[in-house]
Amino acid sequence: MLGKHALPAALLGAITLRLLFPPHARAQPSSPFAPASPEASAIAQLFLITLGIAGVIFLLVQGLLLYMVARFRARPGAGAPRPVFGYRPLEIGWTVGPALLLAGVFGLMLPLMGSDPGAADRVPSPPAEALAVTVIGHQWWWELRYPTLDVVTANELHIPVGEPVRVRLESADVIHSFWLPRLGGKLDVIPGRTNQLWLYTEAPGVYLGPCAEFCGLQHAWMLLRVIAQPRADFLAWAAQQRQPAAPPSGAAQRGQQLFLEQTCVNCHTLRGTPAQGTVGPDLTHVGSRQTLGAGVLENTPANMYRWLQDPQAVKPGSLMPTFYLSDADTAALAAYLAGLK
Amino acid sequence: MRTTEQPYAEPLPRLSSAEGLLHWVATVDHKQIGLLYLLTSLSFFLVGGFEALLLRAQLAVPGAQLLPPGVYNQLFTMHGVTMIFFVVMPALLGFANYAVPLLIGAQDVAFPRLNALSYWLFLFSGLLLHFSFLAGSAPDTGWFSYAPLTEPPFSPGANVDYWLLGLLVSSVGTIATAINLIVTVLLLRAPGMTIRRLPLFVWMTLVTGFLIIWAMPALTAALAMLLVDRYLGGHFFDPAAGGNVLLWQHLFWAFGHPEVYIMILPAMGIVSEVIPVFARKPIFGYTFVAAATLGIAFLSFMVWAHHMFAVGLGPLVNTVFGAMSMLIAIPTGIKVFNWLATMWGGALRFTTAMLFAVAFVAMFTIGGLSGVTMAVVPIDWQITDTYYIVAHLHYVLFGGSVLALFAGTYYWFPKMTGRLLSERLGHWHFWLTFAGLNLAFFPMHASGLLGMPRRIYTYAAQPGWPELNLTSTVGAGLLGVAVLVFLWNLAWSLRAGPPAGADPWDAWTLEWATSSPPPPHNFTALPPIRSRRPLWDLKHPEQRDPEHEHG
Repeated sequence: MLGKHALPAALLGAITLRLLFPPHARAQPSSPFAPASPEASAIAQLFLITLGIAGVIFLLVQGLLLYMVARFRARPGAGAPRPVFGYRPLEIGWTVGPALLLAGVFGLMLPLMGSDPGAADRVPSPPAEALAVTVIGHQWWWELRYPTLDVVTANELHIPVGEPVRVRLESADVIHSFWLPRLGGKLDVIPGRTNQLWLYTEAPGVYLGPCAEFCGLQHAWMLLRVIAQPRADFLAWAAQQRQPAAPPSGAAQRGQQLFLEQTCVNCHTLRGTPAQGTVGPDLTHVGSRQTLGAGVLENTPANMYRWLQDPQAVKPGSLMPTFYLSDADTAALAAYLAGLK
Repeated sequence: MRTTEQPYAEPLPRLSSAEGLLHWVATVDHKQIGLLYLLTSLSFFLVGGFEALLLRAQLAVPGAQLLPPGVYNQLFTMHGVTMIFFVVMPALLGFANYAVPLLIGAQDVAFPRLNALSYWLFLFSGLLLHFSFLAGSAPDTGWFSYAPLTEPPFSPGANVDYWLLGLLVSSVGTIATAINLIVTVLLLRAPGMTIRRLPLFVWMTLVTGFLIIWAMPALTAALAMLLVDRYLGGHFFDPAAGGNVLLWQHLFWAFGHPEVYIMILPAMGIVSEVIPVFARKPIFGYTFVAAATLGIAFLSFMVWAHHMFAVGLGPLVNTVFGAMSMLIAIPTGIKVFNWLATMWGGALRFTTAMLFAVAFVAMFTIGGLSGVTMAVVPIDWQITDTYYIVAHLHYVLFGGSVLALFAGTYYWFPKMTGRLLSERLGHWHFWLTFAGLNLAFFPMHASGLLGMPRRIYTYAAQPGWPELNLTSTVGAGLLGVAVLVFLWNLAWSLRAGPPAGADPWDAWTLEWATSSPPPPHNFTALPPIRSRRPLWDLKHPEQRDPEHEHG
């Protein structure tokens, strides 16, 4: 009787496995099953064990159901089944069995729970001299401050590989959530509260992280990317970011003039110029970033033009208004900003 | 087989021909109010389902431009609020309204006029909420609307107010219904219907009633506090003025987690009625199933912070709430195993009602198992607020609650209308639903594990995401077709379905001991109640159930 169901069952199993563990998982920029840190690896391992246990129970229940559907179908002429009201040993069995399994899972979970009950969360005893970075969630972008390096940037968090980085999470408005699936679990970014965690990886690369708590209109485009690089590269990057904004040349001069004349300066900072606004991202080195609008566009000269021409078309609801500049002015502004490497 | 006692009353004339619309507006009869609840929640189900189809259409391909972000956010919020507060809860309460007095041999609920008030509060709160679409400002902050996104600086429009007032009004009606059902079950049982003989649907409704009166006020209070913040200059959830945004989360989930069980316990009750009848065996381990219900209800008040593992409450709090959440799996497992044992060795009749009930066990198990993975705190840090959660909650609420609602509909429709639903259309409805739900919701586990967060109106193509999302959209489309088949079945069977008679399923509980539909006073005479299956005893006097069934 089961033979009839074997093929569909095998197919279903294969599809299930393929869906749960797609072949691209390893190449994924944002899958917890492509871990690149000790914390993410430990969680992935615990997850696989738990899924394995769940899988056994899944197969047991679904297998029993399929068997009964085939075996106990009512047949004409057969008598009424014998009434059975219960059987205590079975009840005790399926109470104690799952309890033991869960106790096992609980035991495996404990070592991953963090060690410092006083701290916000998951901060082991810190090396005092560790690199610190403050991540501030805004609707809908990430502000990144390195107080010891005197660097302020947005949406792209550079870290050195092979050393722990202490991350402080703050919010300028509503609740956001900081999540880099390949580097560890998420931690919420909450106004009126500072959460802390460690970032650590030994593998250079780019790690993607979406905002993981609904934070309003443009929640979808609030992407963080972590750029992990060797210490020397990281220090070179930081040194370059510390520089004031590059002086413009050519068409970009008109761009700078526009930037300083228009209301751009109310919201944005360009270090080394009178622009000192703090509402929007620091643009001192915006040309060196990979994306615009917290991940909505790749940072190319053409996209910079598109963004400046009508940010509300690219990212509706963004706090950056559309200015209706002439095409020539937009081009000059784009040339200036793209040149701020 | 039928014996001398013949308790069936004469069928009534068709309700629609009786006194028209006014009769339905003025009614205080629990059966009519139950039907009103069911019809109204069916209407909201169509609205919420249509919203879901729009959401899935937008997500079918990366970068789609079908819905602007503001509209998408309104639709996902309204889909969740509608399905939870205006479909699953009231539909289950509708079945409770209709069936509980019949199942315990009562004439009506304890407070019929309060019952009518509850229904009208429910209807008008739903209309108030949906009026927001006409006003152009539907709620757009998600069904649990975390502060401070709901505070005036971030949500200056009326969107949040519609959500607040809609839920505030509906919560009052729900609390009244819960009191009504509790008093009915405790005081109006027929002679012989002891607590230990209560049908399991009644048991689970009783427990749900207590869950509602203990959990719902937390929501009502939180809503009132937010209203004070928004209109009277309060600062409960305003950190700049010394308020605390986490207070909202604690209050909301103190309601919100028991709410999950408010939406699943009565569904489990329906399944616990349907499976025995169509397996032709009494429920296995009655006492354990009833006790497991109490266990789930008790634990459900001690697990709310598992919605907040990513908040940073500290290792101790997280560990304790993780452990409590794991414990809930034990009584839940007891139920699943007892349903399996009830089917074991039975003579299974695969009516549509039974198909839905068996599928409930299969699908709810998937939702339960993914729920256990979330109780493991570090795993939750990775999967909370991703599509994995969306998959989980839909396996519980669609694969669980909604399938049970369909099972209940096919099971009790003959009692309510005097006609059977078409089994042929029913099978189409079932298989389309079964295929659609797995196609729509299973791939969401995978998209979540590939890092896709929930509540995003669009996405860039990361490896695997487009295929998985397209599959989910196709599945949602199948579900839409399934619902159309269901509607056609309802409409056709109401006019032309085969006459049901009093007891079409050869069932054992008291509602089948009266005509279909029952007269206003429900019973002309009741059979003697000497066990949990009074109609079995009536039909099989030589083989009555033992006085004290074990288990």
